[in-house]
Amino acid sequence: MHDVKRRYVIPGDKIVEGNFRPLMNVIKAGNALIATRIGIAETGRDGVKVIPLSGVYIPRVNDLVIGKIVDHSSLSWEVDINSCFSAHLPAQDVFGRDFSPARDDMTKHFAVGDMITARIMAFDRTRDPMLTVQDRDLGKIARGEALKISATRVPRLIGKRGSMIQTIEQATQTRVLIGQNGIVVVTGRTPEGIKLAVRAIKMVEEEAHTANLTQRIKVLLNVPDTPPQQETSRAPVGGTPKSEEIESTMDEVEEELEVDEK
Amino acid sequence: MTQTRNLIDANGKRTDGRGIDELREVKITVGSVKNADGSAFIEFGKNKILAAVYGPREVHPKHMAQSDRCVLRCRYHMSPFSTDTRKNPAPSRREVEISKVMRESLEPALMLEDYPRAAIDVFVEVLQSDGGSRCAGIAAAAVALADAGINMRDLVAACAAGKVDEKIVLDINDTEDKEGGADMPVAYMPRLEQVTLLQLDGRLSPDQFNECIDKAIRGCKMVYEIQKQALMQKYFGSETELKEEVQ
Repeated sequence: MHDVKRRYVIPGDKIVEGNFRPLMNVIKAGNALIATRIGIAETGRDGVKVIPLSGVYIPRVNDLVIGKIVDHSSLSWEVDINSCFSAHLPAQDVFGRDFSPARDDMTKHFAVGDMITARIMAFDRTRDPMLTVQDRDLGKIARGEALKISATRVPRLIGKRGSMIQTIEQATQTRVLIGQNGIVVVTGRTPEGIKLAVRAIKMVEEEAHTANLTQRIKVLLNVPDTPPQQETSRAPVGGTPKSEEIESTMDEVEEELEVDEK
Repeated sequence: MTQTRNLIDANGKRTDGRGIDELREVKITVGSVKNADGSAFIEFGKNKILAAVYGPREVHPKHMAQSDRCVLRCRYHMSPFSTDTRKNPAPSRREVEISKVMRESLEPALMLEDYPRAAIDVFVEVLQSDGGSRCAGIAAAAVALADAGINMRDLVAACAAGKVDEKIVLDINDTEDKEGGADMPVAYMPRLEQVTLLQLDGRLSPDQFNECIDKAIRGCKMVYEIQKQALMQKYFGSETELKEEVQ
């Protein structure tokens, strides 16, 4: 990340001229690279990309999402994943290859209204997204408070190497599950803790692009200020269980959005 | 169209005190409709127009969906209280036409092929009208689309020019539209240098036509700067340059 150049762009802005590879939200027009979204343009050695600051969730293969079962047919569940496409979870994924609609009762596993964490197995221009729950920590979410945030704010909510979400989890004694589609589920021992965590998450969403956000979140949560080098360590000191896999996988994503973490 | 009175006085000033090359005051606020995915409020002289964008979202009715691209749906509507005599809220012939030309002027800027089987809805509501509302509506809708995070090749800016007292003037207002010689709304993509809307109401000689279109495009470029600033203000505050982090 040494020679990464960043700047603010809006659609139609020329980011750079020259022989660069367009990576994300960038088009090539002649010799120039043009942004197609509002966001932060990054010009690196491997190419040029724009990290968007607005927009609805568009599914991508391998995304970890949180969804709600809205219906089921005899062969699959229909899952609302907060996108313009409704996702399908095939019954064979849960029951195995020898699934028989006559023998197996689908409602035993997931009923309409259940929340699940799932991975997007397949999605392209021609088909609706297909989900899988065959992985560690995927499947039904037993309890918790669900809320929606903008999908573009997810990396900010996680923070650099999970710093933001760890701060919130530790200060409020809660566990926070974050789907890349912008659905967040908060669980905890006390209703007060959950309430405070929800307030903090909403604050992160509203003020995602402002400077010194981590500081203000700490003020909200009454956390004593710690030097920044301690913040980066991922292992919690107080013995709270390690954050869920769904978060750690997303660490790769969040690195991008460190606008104000300086 | 017959002209009943002088619309440009001896000092070269127009009915509202502007010069012939002057734009009305334009102000754009981004994100004024919280429920929408993207929105903008524009004040273009006395015009007050709200634009809201929803999507990409599921297409209803389903048969409207296109397998290779996104459907863009536009609705231009004037509120009953937007004019001095009450306007019937039912969509008029004029509103249906403006909705159509607005859609066609925004479509070239959008990368609709990125969102197959989905729909984008654009609602443009005129709260107060003062001539040139289709241009103001297009400018607001383009900003709202960018705010909604839809992939765009360029913004669309729009501005009208026309003929008043045999002179070509920029940005026609309501009086000049009704009593003047010609009105030409133009929508333009400034980076691509492409015109996406060109209408003409009235008569112009070929020379006047060329002058008029040049002037309208100059107006579009001025509107573009205001659009750009409004978006920058919403997302990045007063900073325009990202401070480089010392690694």
